[in-house]
Amino acid sequence: MLVLRYCLARLIHAIPVMLGVTVFVFLTIHLVPGDPIRIMMHGRIDDAQVAEIYRQLGMDRPLIVQYLDFLRHAVMGDLGTSLIQKAPVTALVLEKLWPTLMLLGLSTIFSILIAVPLALVAAFYRNRWPDHLIRLGSIFGFAMPSYWIGLLLMLCFGLWLGWFPISGLGSTPLEKLHHLTMPALTISLFLGPILIQSMRSSMLDVLTSEYIEVARAKGLSEWRILTKHVLRNALIPVITVLAVNISWLLSGAVIVEYVFGLPGLGSLLVRSVGYRDYPLIQGLSFVFAVLVVIVNLIADLSYMLVDRRVLKA
Amino acid sequence: MTSASPLLSVSGLTVEFKTKRGTVIANNALSLTVDAGATLGIVGESGSGKSVLCRALLGLLPSPPAHVHAREIRFAGRDLASASAHDLRQVRGQDIAMVFQNPMSSLNPVWPIGDQIAEGLRVHRGFSRAQSRKAAIAVLKRVGIASPEIRVDDYPYQWSGGMMQRAVIAMAMVSEPKLLLADEPTTALDVTIQDQILSLLMELQRQTGMAIILVSHDMSVISETCDHVAVMYAGHIVETGRTADIFRRPAHPYTHGLLRSIPHVHGKATRLASIPGQPPDLAGLGLGCPFAERCAVASAECRERPIALAPVQGDHQTACFFPERVQELDRKRAS
Amino acid sequence: MSETAYHPQASLTIRLFREIASWSPSLKIGSALMALIVLAALFAPWIAPFDPYEQDFNAILMPPGFPHLFGTDSLGRDIFSRVLYGARIDLVIGVVTTYVPMTYGVVLGAYAGYVGGRFDAILMRIIDVAMAFPFLVLIIVILAILGPGVQNIYISIFILAWTMYARLARAEMLVERTKDYITAAEVLGFPRWRIIFRHGLPNVINSSIVFSASDFVLNILLVSGLSFLGLGIQPPLPEWGSMIAEGRDFMRQAWWIATLPGLAIVVTGIALALIGDGLAQRLGERHHTMV
Repeated sequence: MLVLRYCLARLIHAIPVMLGVTVFVFLTIHLVPGDPIRIMMHGRIDDAQVAEIYRQLGMDRPLIVQYLDFLRHAVMGDLGTSLIQKAPVTALVLEKLWPTLMLLGLSTIFSILIAVPLALVAAFYRNRWPDHLIRLGSIFGFAMPSYWIGLLLMLCFGLWLGWFPISGLGSTPLEKLHHLTMPALTISLFLGPILIQSMRSSMLDVLTSEYIEVARAKGLSEWRILTKHVLRNALIPVITVLAVNISWLLSGAVIVEYVFGLPGLGSLLVRSVGYRDYPLIQGLSFVFAVLVVIVNLIADLSYMLVDRRVLKA
Repeated sequence: MTSASPLLSVSGLTVEFKTKRGTVIANNALSLTVDAGATLGIVGESGSGKSVLCRALLGLLPSPPAHVHAREIRFAGRDLASASAHDLRQVRGQDIAMVFQNPMSSLNPVWPIGDQIAEGLRVHRGFSRAQSRKAAIAVLKRVGIASPEIRVDDYPYQWSGGMMQRAVIAMAMVSEPKLLLADEPTTALDVTIQDQILSLLMELQRQTGMAIILVSHDMSVISETCDHVAVMYAGHIVETGRTADIFRRPAHPYTHGLLRSIPHVHGKATRLASIPGQPPDLAGLGLGCPFAERCAVASAECRERPIALAPVQGDHQTACFFPERVQELDRKRAS
Repeated sequence: MSETAYHPQASLTIRLFREIASWSPSLKIGSALMALIVLAALFAPWIAPFDPYEQDFNAILMPPGFPHLFGTDSLGRDIFSRVLYGARIDLVIGVVTTYVPMTYGVVLGAYAGYVGGRFDAILMRIIDVAMAFPFLVLIIVILAILGPGVQNIYISIFILAWTMYARLARAEMLVERTKDYITAAEVLGFPRWRIIFRHGLPNVINSSIVFSASDFVLNILLVSGLSFLGLGIQPPLPEWGSMIAEGRDFMRQAWWIATLPGLAIVVTGIALALIGDGLAQRLGERHHTMV
C-alpha cells in the first residue's frame, strides 16, 4: 500500500517536467519571429496561399488550443506529421528509437562496470596513491570531448587495428553489439568519471559512519563489511547519480550517434536543425522528455528496493 | 582486582596519534585489571582518552594515524597485544563486545534489525538464517523489546532512541560475551531511559556473569553501577580503586573536583562548583603531572616529576604525589 | 591565557605570496597551466609562426615537424597557429557562457532563498524542469527552431545556464538566512536588497565559484561540440571544435588535424578541473564539482 502511494507520488512529480519541456518547445516554436511556411517555400508564395496553409495545418487557432490539441494527440501516440518528410512523426521516431535505447543501455552498463570498482578502490585507499591516480584519470576522462575520443577510438581500433566497425549499426544482434561497443565506450568515458567521484564520496560517507565501526567491533572482516554494508548503503546514491546524469547520457548519445553514423534519435535531431521541421522537432522533444521521465521513475523505484526509508517520506 | 587471575589485565598501554600539531598521547602507559563478573567504571572528561582506551583494547583504531603499543593485554589467557588481525577479529563480537554511544548511528539504516543482531552468529558460528533469526528474537526478548517476533524485521528508523540502544545491546549480547565494553551507553538518551538501560545492563550482568567496562563522564552513572573505578585525565589513569573508597575519600585532586561538581539536591543551595581551567592540549604535555596547572594544592615538584600509580590503601591507588592534601581542599572550600 | 598582540597587516604582496603558498598542489598546478593557456591566447599574434587563415597549397596535409609544429590541414594552414588563435575564441566563449549566466543566476537564487514564498516556489519549479532535461538536446532543439550559429547558441545558453547557479546560491542562502548577522541587519532596518546583496551575497557565492570551474569546461565542450556538429562556429574561424570536424574526413591520412586541437581542449579542461578541485578545498565545505 505504501509502495503504491510512493509510486503514484513519484509519477505525479514527473508530469510537470514533461509538460514544462513541451510547453517551452511549443512556445519557442510559435513565438519565434519569421514565418516558417514562407521560409520553407523560399518566399515563392503569396499571402493568400500562406493563410490557406495555416488554416489547413490548424495553425491559425489560439496557442492554447493548439497546445492542448498537440497534447491530446501525443498521449494517444500521434505526434503530428513531418513537414519535410511528409511522414507521421511517430513512425519516424519509433524506427530510430531502438538504436538509441540500445546505445543508452550499453553505455550505462559500461559506465557502471568502470565506475563502481574504481570508486571502491578510491574510497578504500582514500588519499593514497590509488585514489590520486584514479582522480587524475577521472579528470582526464572528463576533459576529453566525447566526439574527439570517439574519433580517436575509431582511428585506433577501427582504422588501424580493424577490431571494430566504424559506422552504421549492423543487422544481427551480435553485429549490433559489435557496432555499438565503441560508441558506448566513448559515452562511458565521459560519464564514468562523474559517477566515480559521486560514488567515491558517498562510499566515504558510509565508510566513516559509526555503524561501520560497530560492524568491525562485531568482528566482521573488512571484505564482508565492504560488500554487505558499505556497498548496499553506497548504492543508493549511485542510483540517484545515474538518474541525475541521464542528461549527460542523452547528450553524449546525440553526439556519439553523429560521429559513429548510428541511425538513432540523436542523429535525427541533429539533422533536423536548419530545416525548421517543427512537428518533427516538437515530437522529438516530447519523446526525449518521456525518456527522461521514465528513467527517473525507474531510479525512484529502484531506490525503494534498496532503501526502505523512502517509503516513510 | 585481588583475585589470582583477572579476566582482563592491561599493562603499559600507550596510544599515540601523529598529527600535524605534534604527537598526541591519548593513552599514556595505562595499566588496569578487570575480574570476571566485575564492573569497572572509567570516568573522565571528553578528551581524557577513555574512548580511545576501549577502541585500543579491541584493535579498532586505524593504524596510521594511531600507534598502539602495550606490554601486555591479557584476556582470558591470550595476549591481545600480539595477536594477529585474524585472531583479534575472532575475539571481537564473540568474547568481547562493545556498545557505542549513539544508538541512532550505530545501526545500519538499510538492514533489518534482526539481521544486524544475528550477523555475528552467522559469521563466527555459522548459524543458518533460521537459527540466527531465532537467536535474535530470543535476545530481543531478553533486552525487553515487546513482541520480538514481529519487531525483528523492523528497520531502525521505526524505533525510538531507547529501543535502538536496547537493540545495540542485544547485538552485543547475542554471543554471550565474557566482557562488555560500554562507551557512554546512556549519554545520548533521555534521563528516564538512561535509568532503564543501566538497569538492563546490570540485570544482564547478573544473568550471564559477564564483566563490564563502563565508560562515562557522569560520576552518578558510575556510582550506581560499578564496583571499581578508574579516573582518567589527559591520557593518564590518575586514580583507581573501589567505587565506595574513591567516593568517600578521593585521593586525587581531580577526582575530588569531579565529585564536588555533582550538584546536591539536599542541603543548602550553594554555588555550582567546577574545576577552574581547561583540559590540557594532549600534544604539548610536559613531564610532570598533567593536572598541575589546575590543581589548587600543586607544588613545584608536581610540575617536574612524571606521575605513576602508587597504592594508598589496599586496592586504592593514586597518581598524586600528595594525596593527603586532598583533605585540605575540603577545608579550603569550607572557609 | 594568550595575549592579544597587535599585528599590523603585512603588505599586499606578502599577503598575496602567503595566500598562493598556502594553495594545494592541484590549485597551484591548475592555475599555472591555465595562466600558460591564457598567456598563449593573449600573445597569439606574436607567438604564432603563421597567419591562421593563410592557405599554402604547397604544404597541405603535412605531418607535425618543422616549421609547422603541429602540421598543416587540407588547405595548407598551420595548425599550431590555428590552435593558438583558437584559444582566444574558446576561452572567450568559456568566460561569456559561464560568468554571464552566473551573475543573474546567483542573484535570482539568492533572492529566492531569502524571500521564499511564491517567488521561490515558482523559481524552483522552473529550475527543476530546466535541469531535468538534457542540456545539449534542449539547445539543439532551440537551434533547430532559431537556426544554427554562435549568436543563437549564446542566446540558448543564457536562457538555460543560470539555473544551476540559482540552485546553488539559493541553497546557501537558506542556510545563511538563519544566521545572526542577517538578523542583525534586519533589526537595524536595512532595506531588503541591501541585506541580500551586500551582506548575504558574498557568503553564498562559494559553491557557485567552485562550480564555475567545471561549468567553464562543460561550456567549452558544449560549444565546441556544437561547432563540431556544424551548428556553431563555422570555418574558417579556428575554433577547436570545428577544427576537429574539419579533420574528421582526413583521419586516415592526417590524424593530427583532428587530434591536436582536441588535445588543446583536454589540457584546458584538466587545468580548469584542477582549479575547481583546489578551489573546493580552499573555500572549505563540501562543494559540487561535477568531477
